[in-house]
Amino acid sequence: MDLFSANNIIFFLLATIILVFGFLSVTTTKILRAATYLFFVLFAIAGLYLFLSYEFLAAVQLSVYAGGIVVLFVFAILLVKNLGEETEKVSFQKKLVGGIAAFAGVVVTLITAFNYGFILNETADEAVESVNMQAVGNALMGVEKYQYLLPFEASSILLLACIIGSVVVAQKNKEEKR
Amino acid sequence: MNIPVEYFLVLSTLLFFIGVYGFIVRKNLIGILMSIELVLNAVNINFVVFNRFLFPDKLEGFIYGLFVIIVAAAETAVAIAIIINVYRNMKNIDVNSIKELKN
Repeated sequence: MDLFSANNIIFFLLATIILVFGFLSVTTTKILRAATYLFFVLFAIAGLYLFLSYEFLAAVQLSVYAGGIVVLFVFAILLVKNLGEETEKVSFQKKLVGGIAAFAGVVVTLITAFNYGFILNETADEAVESVNMQAVGNALMGVEKYQYLLPFEASSILLLACIIGSVVVAQKNKEEKR
Repeated sequence: MNIPVEYFLVLSTLLFFIGVYGFIVRKNLIGILMSIELVLNAVNINFVVFNRFLFPDKLEGFIYGLFVIIVAAAETAVAIAIIINVYRNMKNIDVNSIKELKN
């Protein structure tokens, strides 16, 4: 396995971006900067989906996460007070507890993952062809086995309920103003 | 594709527990929500990688990843509406200062 093949370089670049900016986005004290770092992480994850040749998922990730959710975060940060100056001092004890919990979780999960012994599909090692869009459409729009029309429709109802719910929750209370 | 599947699992595990660390350490409600987004993305990487490496002729992990993204978008929208409402009522979004449900 060539260490400096294009695949390796792309993968390790994306992994470094994801981990470094992910760590920065949970440790920075300024909340607006955390949103920016989160944007970089989501962007690199879209790159990872492209790397695995799932173009449609990468497009959805970019448009929904990077285009929608990060903008929502930035708006929420701008709507609440003292933006950018959020110097939340984290006590050393809390950092220690969080670090120990996270480290223990990493150790347990990695031991499990490395001992599992995945049965890899041999065709995955060959040249990866991208997913046919027609196959995605057929999988989303059918009621047979391996087809997902019901979750698709349920998610549309979920989104409608979320629109109504967030409007109701976020609107100003009229009785309080009187 | 000559990268072992374990490398992707190491990446998603580290990202997941970075999110868990942020969830424990952060006091700001928006910061906690960002940590949840990191956790959801790590899980999504796992779904997609298992789909690609173990069952490349099927689409199950792909569709699951799609629905996780949809549900995460809905969840974030509602959570941010709740956070703005909390801020309006208590002038603060620190979890330590939010002590009562009814106001």
